[in-house]
Amino acid sequence: MRNQEVSASSVDALYREADDWHVNTGGETIHAKRLPGRWRRLKWLMASVWLLYFLGPYLRWNGQQAVLFDIPNRQYHLFSATVLPQDFWMLSLLLLFFAILLAVVTALVGRAWCGFFCFQTVWTDVFTWIEQRLEGPPAARRKLDKAPMSLGKLRIKSIKHGIWIAIGFFTGFSFVAWFTDAFVLWQTFFFGQANGAAYATVALFTVGTYVLAGFLREQTCFWLCPYARIQGVMLDKSTLVPAYDEQRGEPRGRVRRDETGRTAGDCVDCNQCVAVCPTGVDIRQGQQEGCITCALCIDACDQVMDKVGRPRGLIRYASLDELEGRPTQTLMLRPRVWVYTGILGLALAGILYGLTSLAPLELKVLHERAPLYVLLSDGSIQNKYTLKVLNKTHEPISVRIGVSGHDRMTLVGADDPVQAEPGSVTPAMVFVKIPRRALAAQQQPIVFHAETRLPSGATAEAERESVFIGPDR
Amino acid sequence: MADNNPFPGENNTGHIWDENLRELKNPPPRWWMIGLWASILWVAGYTILYPSWPVGQEPTQGILGWSQIKEYQSGLEKVAAKRAEFEDQIKGMTVNEIIADPGLTQYTLASAKVLFGDNCSACHGSGGQGNPGYPVLADDDWLYGGTTGKIAETIKGGRQGAMTAHQSILEPDELDTLANWVVQMSETLGKGGSEEGWALFRTKGCTACHGQAANGILAEMPNGDVVTVGAANLTDGIWRFEPGGFESAKHTIMYGVNQPGVAETRNAVMPAFGSTDTGKLSEEDIKKLVVYVHELGGGK
Repeated sequence: MRNQEVSASSVDALYREADDWHVNTGGETIHAKRLPGRWRRLKWLMASVWLLYFLGPYLRWNGQQAVLFDIPNRQYHLFSATVLPQDFWMLSLLLLFFAILLAVVTALVGRAWCGFFCFQTVWTDVFTWIEQRLEGPPAARRKLDKAPMSLGKLRIKSIKHGIWIAIGFFTGFSFVAWFTDAFVLWQTFFFGQANGAAYATVALFTVGTYVLAGFLREQTCFWLCPYARIQGVMLDKSTLVPAYDEQRGEPRGRVRRDETGRTAGDCVDCNQCVAVCPTGVDIRQGQQEGCITCALCIDACDQVMDKVGRPRGLIRYASLDELEGRPTQTLMLRPRVWVYTGILGLALAGILYGLTSLAPLELKVLHERAPLYVLLSDGSIQNKYTLKVLNKTHEPISVRIGVSGHDRMTLVGADDPVQAEPGSVTPAMVFVKIPRRALAAQQQPIVFHAETRLPSGATAEAERESVFIGPDR
Repeated sequence: MADNNPFPGENNTGHIWDENLRELKNPPPRWWMIGLWASILWVAGYTILYPSWPVGQEPTQGILGWSQIKEYQSGLEKVAAKRAEFEDQIKGMTVNEIIADPGLTQYTLASAKVLFGDNCSACHGSGGQGNPGYPVLADDDWLYGGTTGKIAETIKGGRQGAMTAHQSILEPDELDTLANWVVQMSETLGKGGSEEGWALFRTKGCTACHGQAANGILAEMPNGDVVTVGAANLTDGIWRFEPGGFESAKHTIMYGVNQPGVAETRNAVMPAFGSTDTGKLSEEDIKKLVVYVHELGGGK
């Protein structure tokens, strides 16, 4: 242990405010202290990914909005791909992917989602940053809260709430912009010409953001959020979480200026870890439901350790195994990692396959059931089929229908190509005839083909198996 | 009771059971009271806006003028307005013009499915697959012609088959020869009938209805329509009266079709659905049904 002269004034300053910090029981607003540090920087970096949420809708691709979830027309546009309801099996894979991603991240590094990425955390962080800019550090904020209403207080408070509501508004507005043309939304929204659903959504998001990030804050994580609890059970003893090294820190004790042969642990009981905690918990009590593993206490503790001349890492990312002196497993040897990775890979492969093999043309075949077959006057058997041609392109296409599977088969009603409108299913009725004597079995598998020349000049094809049914032999 | 209340000053009702079990007079929670008053306001508002209080014969109507039947009717109007787009077009078109338009054909088929189910499927089956004694509509064998015009005629005016009972006209061996001939004709699609059979067919008056070629056609019109009296085509593989075969054919020859006074005679009657006679279906409905029947699979 370094034996370094501790700056007396800095330690005094720490203890002066130590009594202000206590564990959150929900009865009052948490005014967390903001300290710089590497985790703080990482937190801003991760949070900045959310800028995509605000800017993404303005991205254009081939003259259209790059990502547009067009609910009224039942189409999702993702750059050049168009996803129709028929492709929605990919959505289940996407949900699987994110569910497993949440599980694997939580199992490895705890509630990293909660701490760095969750919109509740990020928006609350931004809201409190604004609060700090306007009202000052925590002590000043607490004082202002207690102060009687005055013109000055009213001015500061109304600016703060105004900005909060504005952020809430743009949160809602940006959400809506993913579902309708963003530029058109700007042109219509403020003149009362946008869809009623747009106004309702923006109103809901404005109020929701304002209340959740402005007032409920960490209470949302404590009492509202199911994921907080779900993730709690995904942790195990090998999960890396921000943790207090109890063996090194205890017994905690305040440093004295004239400290010489010290017997206490490394924790100087300055309460800085509690001070910076956005949920107001005490990390020294161990992993708990209120801890969103945002690692801000690591920054705080490291700073204090530097000040009092003790090594960093009293609070650090560590597993329970490590803190309790048990052997730790390397990441790659944990079966859990491989099982999760396998599922992630499968889901991702499925989505990639789906997105790359989005066929411009799809064919479905319904065999007529009443009657299953008809005997014609020339002694042949006729089956009736309803074809459903799905055109997933943006242009009308003309689709040629063919059939194979029996060499004496005649296709009736498919002389003219089916004119398939873009983004919709066009039904067509066709008949297939086979001479009765040429039928070898009661059921004859056949395959319908659909073929079209796309406006780009490429050929698109689709196939669908069906059956030809004849009389009992 | 209040005098010997062992728990004075705690705001209880004074009812005490089992020495210490008592009921307190705490007010309900505020949120609960707010909910109660809000519900009362809601009821007041609702009964002013919507039909509610039973006063005399009719309940109060409510100032919004809403009623379930009005909502139902406005729903019907919406459906009718949506259909009008197609119905107006269909009104001015012939059946053949409708069939030439794929979009209108789709609409007509969907719309006529109900009509077919209500009026036709009892005899002809839900998909036009026929029933014993009732012709299949999905095949290409038409007793009275399969053009749209002929189909319309059949639906409007109905049909009544007729065939003389030959049990006392023909000798028993002649009956067997003819019945055998009918089976041969059916199996060979008109190419393999015996000479004796053909001779009987020609001399015993069968050609008058079944035609010289035994295909049920008496003459062909320039527009493709055929002149028939509804007699079966004997040169195809389809049997008018199930199950087909020797016994079946012989039965038909012996007892005829729709012969009064002949107990075993075949019945072949289709009622008229036209507006002139029984007045069951409108012109538009018949038009739709013609499209539907024509598109079942055998229309000509």
